[in-house]
Amino acid sequence: MHIPDGFLSTPVWAALDAAAAPAVGLIARRAQRTFDDSKVPLLGVMGAFVFAAQMINFPVGPGTSGHLVGGALLAYTLGPAAASVVLTAIVTIQALVFQDGGILALGANVLNMAILGVLAGYLPYHFWGRTRGRRLAIFAGGALSVLTSAVLALSELLFSGIRMPGTVLGVSLGLFAVSALVEGAITLGAIRALEAIQPDFICRPDARRSFALGAVALAAVLLVTGGVLLASSAPDGIERLGSARALFSTPFSGYDIAALGRGWFPKAAAGLVGLGLVYGVCLIIGRRR
Amino acid sequence: MAALIEVRGLHYRYPDGTAALRGVDFHLEEQESVALLGANGSGKTTFALHLNGLLAGEGSVTVCGLGVNRQSAGQIRRKIGFVFQDSDSQLFMPTVIDDVSFGLLNQGHGAQESAGRALAALERVGMASAAAKAPYHLSAGEKKRVAIAGVLAMDPQILVLDEPTTFLDPPAQRALISLLQELPQAKILITHDACFAAELCTRAVFFDKGRIVGEGSVLELVKSFGWDSAVRR
Amino acid sequence: MHHVVLDQWSRRSSPLHRRDPRAKLIPLIVFLVVLATSHRLLPVFSACLFALLCVTLLWARVPLGGVLARAAIVLPFTIVFAAVTWVAGDPARGAALVLKSYLSALAVLAVVSTTPLPVLLRGVEMLGAPRFLLMVSQFLYRYLFVVSEEAQHMRKAAASRGGSFRAAAGALAVLFARSYKQAGEIHSAMLARGFQGRFHPLAAPHFHAADTAFLIFASSAPVLLRVAIERMV
Repeated sequence: MHIPDGFLSTPVWAALDAAAAPAVGLIARRAQRTFDDSKVPLLGVMGAFVFAAQMINFPVGPGTSGHLVGGALLAYTLGPAAASVVLTAIVTIQALVFQDGGILALGANVLNMAILGVLAGYLPYHFWGRTRGRRLAIFAGGALSVLTSAVLALSELLFSGIRMPGTVLGVSLGLFAVSALVEGAITLGAIRALEAIQPDFICRPDARRSFALGAVALAAVLLVTGGVLLASSAPDGIERLGSARALFSTPFSGYDIAALGRGWFPKAAAGLVGLGLVYGVCLIIGRRR
Repeated sequence: MAALIEVRGLHYRYPDGTAALRGVDFHLEEQESVALLGANGSGKTTFALHLNGLLAGEGSVTVCGLGVNRQSAGQIRRKIGFVFQDSDSQLFMPTVIDDVSFGLLNQGHGAQESAGRALAALERVGMASAAAKAPYHLSAGEKKRVAIAGVLAMDPQILVLDEPTTFLDPPAQRALISLLQELPQAKILITHDACFAAELCTRAVFFDKGRIVGEGSVLELVKSFGWDSAVRR
Repeated sequence: MHHVVLDQWSRRSSPLHRRDPRAKLIPLIVFLVVLATSHRLLPVFSACLFALLCVTLLWARVPLGGVLARAAIVLPFTIVFAAVTWVAGDPARGAALVLKSYLSALAVLAVVSTTPLPVLLRGVEMLGAPRFLLMVSQFLYRYLFVVSEEAQHMRKAAASRGGSFRAAAGALAVLFARSYKQAGEIHSAMLARGFQGRFHPLAAPHFHAADTAFLIFASSAPVLLRVAIERMV
């Protein structure tokens, strides 16, 4: 989900831009050191591939079809760092040329889709890509990449005070879950078809795996995702929008930030800690490649 | 007289082990135009990619007196210009002028000098008015001419063109033939189009399964290998 | 395709088209931030900003109706959220969503429809974004149309093979393989023209007096408007 400008509150978009900028710089610099400019055409063309791949329809039910989002597929074929760069380029082009996603919201969209979404999608493969559970890992990765991006976007909107009554939230989450499953299925189908053409298209997961770190990373991702899901479905959450007051107000807001309920601050803290953990693992896993 | 290109005993295997070239001997003289004929997969393009070091096999390849290897690749690529079959793969920069200057900038020339020489090359091929255009606005024939300009700008002694008439309609083919006839460089033309080859080349070699199995004029080879129906004269 | 139209608009000529990309990007950011942080008297402020943008677009000689329509792409998504917010009891926020997202998209279009994308990306790079990332974006944009055309063929192929899930997966895999192969050809074409690992830009845009003047004026306009409006009450 691409967040347009005008939705996120100032502290949210500013904080996410501030968080995304160094992350993108780091990943790009890493990619450049490893690849120099020789890999630019490959990453650019594969970015164009992801755009074009949207045209291929996958029947997923009576009268409905889905299409590839692509984060996990790119991570399995180009590696997670390169996949992040490609997706950042995609999100940027989408914002500039197709007005899909805002400019001030670029930090948020890049973090959600190009960085955390790719990481979430890659983690199952990193652990179980060489085991018998490989197919399930690929499916799970595809699903997790879409689910993580969508849930993060939703939580950013909620933190910005966009009101969502329980039913709307439930429907949104339901739609996210469906599109996550679709992405898992399409990613798996595409990987299998690719293996039939040329097995070495697909990256082998790094042989040296640190289970402890990886477990922490996975836990962090699940924490952020699950935490928001629980928070939003908890009865003391959204229903108290009207009565609860914000724990703090910013100098930028001319009206009240709709709070998520009295449990607002602990949930925000958990989310931030989770993000921080994921970042740390991102850097560490990145260094190992 | 030393040949511009001298190849002896060239062997090459693909990474999966299939033999692509099985002992090819070849030579190219100054200002000569030679056609490489043969069926798809016979090794013509694979052979040509050894001439500028994009592929490395066993045997000796000498271009303008230099042995082709990793160290000499930079120098060799200034002397031999390669026009690829797919113009879209060759015109990868955002505008025509950016693309034609690419080679010059890589050689270390300054921005202004590169732009000037690029424009001169574009004029040579009749595409100077398209300098600021994006490649996808051009027709197949125009793209091919811009690709040639990009190679000409580097002032090579040898031009290699891989299937240049693919995607070109008859008028564009005729325009290409006139352009190539005007260029003084030695040329190697990889082509299926016997008519096109006959108009431009004094000599031809016939590839079959990784070997050169015939050499002579285009028309002689076409007759002996049964490609008569392709020649429309 | 959408981006072809935008590309055509961006290659026209007008005083705004001729401005340095940085002189357009900085005021854009200022505009977006001023809009994003504004809450009081939003409808009045929005109307003034809308007028400002329309004047800019007319001055830039781009089709006003076309650009206004194109900015409306954000509306379906936004209106859904606005409706939900309205029903949940905060109509002001709902209206703010619509106004802010539409005006932001319109402002971005004012810049993107008057600056060819490669030039814009160069401007973003000069303002500090990672060069590697912007080169990837440049190539992505260059090959967007090329790969999309192939995807059309693949889509028909999948449909003609029964339109099943497996057929679609197969089509996707073939598109992937073709794109990968094309990337390899592009790399070979780059090497053949002397590429040594780094792209060299042809020219850096220069800042002129007109650019400075425009930058100052365009950046101050939204700020002054907002101050004036908020002072009125």
